[in-house]
Amino acid sequence: MHIPDGFINASTSLGAGVAAAGGVWGALRRAARTFADRLVPLAGLVAAYVFALQMLNFPVAAGTSGHLIGGVLAAVLVGPWAAAVVITVVLLVQGLVFADGGLSALGLNVVNMALLGGLGGYAVFRALRWVTPRTRPSVVVASGVAAGVSVVLAAIGFVIEYALGGTGNASTGAVFGAMVGTHVVIGIGEGVITALTVAAVLRARPDLVHGAADLPVEAPVRRAAAAASPR
Amino acid sequence: MTTRRRLGGFLLGGVVVTLLLAGFASPWASSQPDGLEKVATEQRFDRTAKEHATADGPLADYGVAGVENERISTGIAGFVGVLITFAVGTGAFFGLRLLRRTRAASPTP
Repeated sequence: MHIPDGFINASTSLGAGVAAAGGVWGALRRAARTFADRLVPLAGLVAAYVFALQMLNFPVAAGTSGHLIGGVLAAVLVGPWAAAVVITVVLLVQGLVFADGGLSALGLNVVNMALLGGLGGYAVFRALRWVTPRTRPSVVVASGVAAGVSVVLAAIGFVIEYALGGTGNASTGAVFGAMVGTHVVIGIGEGVITALTVAAVLRARPDLVHGAADLPVEAPVRRAAAAASPR
Repeated sequence: MTTRRRLGGFLLGGVVVTLLLAGFASPWASSQPDGLEKVATEQRFDRTAKEHATADGPLADYGVAGVENERISTGIAGFVGVLITFAVGTGAFFGLRLLRRTRAASPTP
């Protein structure tokens, strides 16, 4: 999903760069207002975890692989604004240190994965939470489904960029069909990994799941019950 | 949530799991082209890709320059990448908090 240099022309890349800078600046300002100081290292951990998972390509079809994008995963754990910053950090490290994702395409990649995938995917998560019961299983399922949708959103982002400034000769329709078709399948993997991770964190530390902050507190009740039971 | 449990244990566990994934699982990940690369090849716009500006970097393409064994090379790159990303991510959010402090401290016009 990381666009290299050359796929998209300079003017479209520059435009995406401006949009990405504006979007990330807005996310930074909102995160600065709302993000709790004590959770700073948690944001670092989520960035590192997304980086690690992005290295774990899984096979999706003959001769094709996919990997986590992590926008919805990060948003459910640390909130949407912090997530946009987290994914941008991952993309910066990948582009600058690991030669993954062209430097001239950084804006395109931030728009697709941090903004469309992260913020757009989180909007899907909130919509799903709104129509499902306020329970932990709902949070897990909504995370997984929204994560799957977010991959398709990011893929459509690429198709729009290709339509605006693609340097190849393939038609937009053909690129749309191929991108969406492939990324629906990759989205299933994204959904499974996201749901498993959110479920694991909900078990260990439900207080650290931003997307479950509205749920009634369960853990202390259970601890109190365990302490009261004679053993 | 009103409970304020400590973060230390969770962070330590999380970093260990993340290092294990990047350092020991990544060498066994699929090396097939990803979705975009595959589509680019099929739709024949892969040839428009240009060489990456840092393609000669010491960790380019998730490998350590000079390490012959591919799995070890990928594993070390993953390990180092996790540490770098953790540092940059934590640094960015620490910067955010300074940004807010400065703003709050400066008198508003």
